[in-house]
Amino acid sequence: MKTAPAQTSHDTEQDIKVFDRSRIRHNRQRAAANFSQHSFMFDWADKQLNERLADIKREFPLALQIGTRGPAPQSSKINHLISMDICNASIIADEEFLPFAGESLDLVLSTLNLHSTNDLPGALLQIRKALKPDGLFIASMLGGETLHELRQVLTQAEINIKGGASPRVSPFADKQQMGALLQRAGFNLPVIDSDIVTVTYDNIFKLFHDLRGMGEGNAIFARNKTPPGKALFLEAARLYQEQFAEKDGRIVASFEVIFLLGWAPHESQQKPLRPGSAEHSLAEALDTNELKTGDIAGS
Amino acid sequence: MNKVDPKLLEILVCPLTKSPLRYDSEAQELISEQAKLAYPIRDGIPIMLVDEARSLED
Repeated sequence: MKTAPAQTSHDTEQDIKVFDRSRIRHNRQRAAANFSQHSFMFDWADKQLNERLADIKREFPLALQIGTRGPAPQSSKINHLISMDICNASIIADEEFLPFAGESLDLVLSTLNLHSTNDLPGALLQIRKALKPDGLFIASMLGGETLHELRQVLTQAEINIKGGASPRVSPFADKQQMGALLQRAGFNLPVIDSDIVTVTYDNIFKLFHDLRGMGEGNAIFARNKTPPGKALFLEAARLYQEQFAEKDGRIVASFEVIFLLGWAPHESQQKPLRPGSAEHSLAEALDTNELKTGDIAGS
Repeated sequence: MNKVDPKLLEILVCPLTKSPLRYDSEAQELISEQAKLAYPIRDGIPIMLVDEARSLED
């Protein structure tokens, strides 16, 4: 089969855990001390998010930031900001089990965080429900094109050495899916776009070092428990250099950042009219005579 | 001792049941009667993780 099934039933969705959340917590805690040395992607995504926020002519009395590894959003539109993460924040919570009352928040922001959520539809639904009517959700997350070079060389290296492969890079959501997910969670007027950021490194080990520094070490739940071994990484390094190096010998790593924006429904928002509710006919608008279907056939 | 953000206390609910919480300032806990769990507050930071909560059963 070429395409993966679009979605699983609700029953099985609950049971599948792709990401080991306690491992993610551990990764982030370990990364916290030296995070600023590896935060360029977060700084960039935060800047983009702040620019989008600046375009919206609105005040947000109470805002929630989910995932606090980047800097706190700088906006004069936010009166009170609550920072939440699974570690190092003013409230420790998991977006898969959001602890906020219904219709309590004016704004929810999240920078490069939601890509490691197991139940993304569930988390989005909880975010939408925690927003007041006409509340705004604006977020960035890593998308499906992220680290495609690394994924490719690791799989190839493992096949070359062991004759089989296991996932070692987290899967990421596709941009195409995100619009549908936002709508399924009940967001109105969703906007999705993405950017590819390419970064160059001396070699694969510098890339690994940076990923660990970001707190983005592999957290796939079913990851191979046996250590990958030095030989695998040396082979992957060789393949990476061979296939994805620039002229100067530095290797290229791609990161896809998806930006999401959606509003909690409110009657003031634009929506399509009910079919048959038009007050003027098309013929009137075009300043022409309306022909009945019978007239056309008979003429 | 750091105090919890009062604005936060107003809107926090049990992450599991979404039911209201009772703030026990002495024990520094947020109690969910419905889930029978007590979520700890450490240095003014509510820890709203089910793994870290104290069970109120028995």
